[in-house]
Amino acid sequence: MAIDTIDTVPAQPTITVRRSAAGTRVGTAVAMLIIGTLAFLPFIVYQSATSVLVQLFVLVVLASMWNLLAGFGGLVSIGQQAYIGVGAYTVVALDNQGMSPFLAIIFAVVTAALLSIPTSFLAFRLKGDYFAVGTWVIAEVYRLVVIRFDSVGGGDGKSLSGLAGIDPTMRAAVVYWTALGLAVVTVLGCFLLLRGRVGLALTAIRDDEVAARSGGVDATRVKRIVYLISAAGCGAAGAVLAIDAVRVQPDAIFSVQWSAYMIVIVIIGGIGYLEGPILGAVVFFALQQFLADLGTWYLMVLGLLAVFFAIVIPRGLWGLIAHRTRFRIFPTSYHLEYDEGRAP
Amino acid sequence: MDMLNALVQGILLGGVFALFASGLSIMFGVMRIVNLAHGDLAVLAAFMAVVALTYTPLPFWALVVIAPIFGLIGYVMQRVLITPSLNAGPLATLVATFGLSIVIQNALIEGFSADVRSLDAGGLATASISLGGGIDLPLIGILGLGTAIAVIGGMQIFLSRSRTGRMMRAASDDVDTAALTGANARHIYAVATAIAFATLALAGILFGTRSSFSPTAGTLTLIFAFEAVVIGGLGSLWGTLLGGLVLGLTQSLVAYFDPAAAILAGHLIFLAVLAFRPQGLIPARSI
Repeated sequence: MAIDTIDTVPAQPTITVRRSAAGTRVGTAVAMLIIGTLAFLPFIVYQSATSVLVQLFVLVVLASMWNLLAGFGGLVSIGQQAYIGVGAYTVVALDNQGMSPFLAIIFAVVTAALLSIPTSFLAFRLKGDYFAVGTWVIAEVYRLVVIRFDSVGGGDGKSLSGLAGIDPTMRAAVVYWTALGLAVVTVLGCFLLLRGRVGLALTAIRDDEVAARSGGVDATRVKRIVYLISAAGCGAAGAVLAIDAVRVQPDAIFSVQWSAYMIVIVIIGGIGYLEGPILGAVVFFALQQFLADLGTWYLMVLGLLAVFFAIVIPRGLWGLIAHRTRFRIFPTSYHLEYDEGRAP
Repeated sequence: MDMLNALVQGILLGGVFALFASGLSIMFGVMRIVNLAHGDLAVLAAFMAVVALTYTPLPFWALVVIAPIFGLIGYVMQRVLITPSLNAGPLATLVATFGLSIVIQNALIEGFSADVRSLDAGGLATASISLGGGIDLPLIGILGLGTAIAVIGGMQIFLSRSRTGRMMRAASDDVDTAALTGANARHIYAVATAIAFATLALAGILFGTRSSFSPTAGTLTLIFAFEAVVIGGLGSLWGTLLGGLVLGLTQSLVAYFDPAAAILAGHLIFLAVLAFRPQGLIPARSI
């Protein structure tokens, strides 16, 4: 990542305002190494391993989008499955027309983003907890409308036909790279967004919305931008899920369970930190691999974890790290640094 | 005449929705929070009723005792779960009650399987008053609407006349100032939750006698209750009753023409209210 150094007091270069923190260089190097290794995996390991990782990448994307929405925008939604479903069904609809499902991902992103604008005008009428339930109702409306169209399979769902001609190994590898690329773009996109003007506005709103408004921040517009970006990301994730499964089933793709996953991941990982959803997704993913056989007991454990973290560790695992150290992989805020021996 | 029948059934269904919604309304009115486990707790009450009727010789009307039991659960739940999460941050109550909802739903699936159940109300289930012209008023429906009106009226009197009710209104306006004048916020919050839990238990049992239910029914129940509150107007209890009736009527009338579209139609009424009358049908400033 780029490292910004701004001298606040030119005459006395002893105090500097820095953005990069301990861990930024090391973290960036390690992150690039991990991404590079992950990109080579399809050449080394069996397909079963890469297809499991696709799920992890999708979880990272979804959790990052929810974190952007709730952790930075203050918009707690339980309805992002609306856009997961819209993304998946855009792929189904375009596949019906003969378009390549991979190309259709771009249209899935656009459709989700476009639909999110009128939706936001309705959802933003509600505040706080009521916004959360309102988005859930809206997601239900999307599902109930979609299942009324027989051309996309009605209530039964539909399989993608455009993937039939592709070699399965090749297809799995392309899906894997797509999911990995999406995860990297999402996390990097959030990072750049939060370093820029929108990030500054979001921080101001988070600290004091009334003060931010009086300072000239158009809070509603900034929140709408965040809502739109989050919808676009969830749409892309839904499209990848549809291609990965080669099939879309409305009750599954529009399930509130996606929201449960996003919330649990972000709450465990650390809400309001870009690193949180990644850490949370890895932890969640590990839990899933070990405990998924337990079925309903596994889901009960997830529910209890959500309750526990919400009350006892509301800042999550990364919050514990960030609170005690200055270790940041994605520095979005500034801090002061003094020359040694001259600290006031 | 069938149409008129659908109308009557819709009003009776709306009574049960209003009963579900009144608990949601009071918790939001006092604490500005939504308990996402609201619907699942109602389903839990219905399952408790199934167990009580299956394994004990108790008559149907004895199920009323589930309401005070839930009131007690609500009081304790507020003290151990909701108040700590209120102090933990703005998202915490939502996440904690969502977690609770997942736990209850899956515990019910584990304990009772995902099968559909129904509550056997004995003779009450089929008893009805004939109005002539093919219109029957099912006794259980009248019981539901009557309970809703009684609960909402009772709550209104409690809020305006009793000391705790006054404190509750004060805490709703400004909890810190209310605490300065001697209100015990933790107790008042817990009383509000106790009332909410008692009403949702009654609603769950009445709902269970009307239609069959599964462990996952809580999701839709919460959504209907929420829609009734928003349609009626946030913070207005009589509005909540009206919202429930509007929702029940809509679902019932649309189901008369196209059963598959009933729930969607209810959602669309909700969205229309959001778009054109966001303050609800009977807006109010506080509870």
